Amino acid sequence: MAAQVTKEGITLKGSAEIVSEFFYFGINSILYQRGIYPAETFTRAQKYGLTLLVSTDPDLKNYLNTVVEQLKDWLYKCQVQKLVVVITSIDNNEILERWQFDIECDKSVKDDSIVREKSPKVIQEEIRSVIRQITATVTFLPLLETACAFDLLIYTDKDSEVPEKWEESGPQFVSNSEEVRLRFFTTTIHKVNSMVAYKKIDC
Amino acid sequence: MAQFVFENDLNSILKLDAPIVNAPMARWQRKAKEGSCSSANTSVNSSVLTPMKAANRSHSSSKTPSRTPGKSQGKLQGTPSRAGGDRFIPNRSAMQMDVASFLLSKENEPEDQSPTKKEQQKAWAVNLNGFDMEEAKILRLGGKSLNAPEGYQNNLKVLYSQKTTPGSSKKPSRYIPSVPDRVLDAPEIRNDYYLNLIDWSSQNLLAVALSETVYLWNYLSGDIVLLLQMENSEEYISSVSWIKEGNYLAVGTSNAEVQLWDVQQQKRLRNMVSHSSRVGALSWNNHILSSGSRTGHIHHHDVRVAQHHVATLAGHTQEVCGLKWSPDGRHLASGGNDNLVNIWPSVQGDSGEFTPVQTFTHHQGAIKAVSWCPWQSNVLATGGGTSDRHIRIWNVCSGSCLNAVDTHSQVCSILWSTNYKELISGHGFAQNQLVIWKYPTMSRVAELKGHSARVLSLAMSPDGSTVASAAADETLRLWNCFEVDPVTKKEKEKARSSKSIIHQSIR
Repeated sequence: MAAQVTKEGITLKGSAEIVSEFFYFGINSILYQRGIYPAETFTRAQKYGLTLLVSTDPDLKNYLNTVVEQLKDWLYKCQVQKLVVVITSIDNNEILERWQFDIECDKSVKDDSIVREKSPKVIQEEIRSVIRQITATVTFLPLLETACAFDLLIYTDKDSEVPEKWEESGPQFVSNSEEVRLRFFTTTIHKVNSMVAYKKIDC
Repeated sequence: MAQFVFENDLNSILKLDAPIVNAPMARWQRKAKEGSCSSANTSVNSSVLTPMKAANRSHSSSKTPSRTPGKSQGKLQGTPSRAGGDRFIPNRSAMQMDVASFLLSKENEPEDQSPTKKEQQKAWAVNLNGFDMEEAKILRLGGKSLNAPEGYQNNLKVLYSQKTTPGSSKKPSRYIPSVPDRVLDAPEIRNDYYLNLIDWSSQNLLAVALSETVYLWNYLSGDIVLLLQMENSEEYISSVSWIKEGNYLAVGTSNAEVQLWDVQQQKRLRNMVSHSSRVGALSWNNHILSSGSRTGHIHHHDVRVAQHHVATLAGHTQEVCGLKWSPDGRHLASGGNDNLVNIWPSVQGDSGEFTPVQTFTHHQGAIKAVSWCPWQSNVLATGGGTSDRHIRIWNVCSGSCLNAVDTHSQVCSILWSTNYKELISGHGFAQNQLVIWKYPTMSRVAELKGHSARVLSLAMSPDGSTVASAAADETLRLWNCFEVDPVTKKEKEKARSSKSIIHQSIR
């Protein structure tokens, strides 16, 4: 019986795992849906009961894995506050789009000994709706006319160490922007709010 | 006392909620004063200055007595934000004694900030930077960003640019008129992707839901009948579906009702309430009427019995917008806003619950276009919304995707032709066209253009020759695109009649 209870609950480590995995698939979805990279370089993967597209480009995969691994560590330490995907035009470095994921960590959870009760199925369901919303945003987001690149910013606590190869950056806002809030999901240890800001089209 | 001037000023600036004592005058006051005493401009100075300026001026004016009062006034008014000094002695700021005194004596003293002040500063920081500098730092992984390969063009461009439907086109072996046979007005048709607003009966009546009313249009005679009107004008009809025999019409409404109407009598037979949100999709299987709701639930109604609600199919988490029973009545296909296509069996499993036999997750958008192949009972065609734009052909027995085409446009509806081995699909932006596809190669046969806004629904005439399209431009267009060649038609009829003769002789 006890074993069953642990299975249903969620630990800090498990939560960090779930959230970082969400970001891996979420960022891939953004890159595919917004057409940052050619559709041919993506492959289908089954996740959360959805068919999602993930990049096959080795460099991109490597980059994302590095970030997600680091993020998982920060999530485990509850030191991360936000993850931001910034989409910039390559031509003039203008920031066109900014996907912001606010992460609320429950800092009272210090180690894996605490088990929160929330079934993975419910969490998956919540994540699924966020990913679906990301997919559906193409219907209202303006077309990215020029070739674009993306950057990932992570807001961490002031006292956390800066790992090797990482550097500090500015917030990189979109000027003259419109914002749309998306759904959120929570593992009860980490809560992720999503939002996208994009350049207002001048009429 | 001079050293306190700066400090006091600084305090008064930081105290944003307090009234600014020595702030510049309002423009109207200034104007009035300028008008009345243009010569006595020296007296104006002190009251016109910004607080920052007052500090500078207290000594700078004494050190530059040569400057004309008029000039200094104009200058101070014009550039109130400039801090210290002038262009002749740029390093005057270095001589500011009160600042120096402040730096020496007070700067390193702990600030006695009130909690509200702290909060205020925090709020400013959050507003300006989007986060609290005190509590966070922004990090990024160093190195150059990864750019897409040279010459790559965003494939979303197709969504926004005028372009013909991709895929190899096949020269039609028959004549397909490129203009509609007839155009009808459909005023106030709801431009809502998730609704199913037209259906064509086997008795050649076209039911059209226009906001809160349902009209029946007789294809042969051209007569129009108003079948029903909602009592409350804020409510609307969200779906219509004919029973196979064509004598009853099922109507789904925005207030979650499923109504059954007898068209001969023009009377409502039943009002079935079981859903909790609008009913956007309906489909008949003999006496079972299936209805899909915004809640994502599909209900089976047995229209013969009092307890009509016989089953609930819970497989979608968002609005069901595509719903079709297969022609053999063995499977129900449902598409939803959750990007899922579910295939349901006609009878429940051993547990007594309905579970989908197949779930297709390939679409990246809502699926409204759902249609079963009339000649292969296990083949299904589905089309996705704006974020997907694909038509997919499925084998529901094996669960495999037989074919997929990117149409580069929202797929609003899809129908199989009964006369040819072809499909027709209705699209949204940018062309608002209808496309005829050859099956199974999925090569393009023809494109029918004419609608000026997206196509919402398609319906086929009982003889399979004509397709009606309802669009957001408030028109219905009838396309004679599957007309059977008169010669082959005659031959077919001959074959049929000879068969019946054989039947008769056997009898």
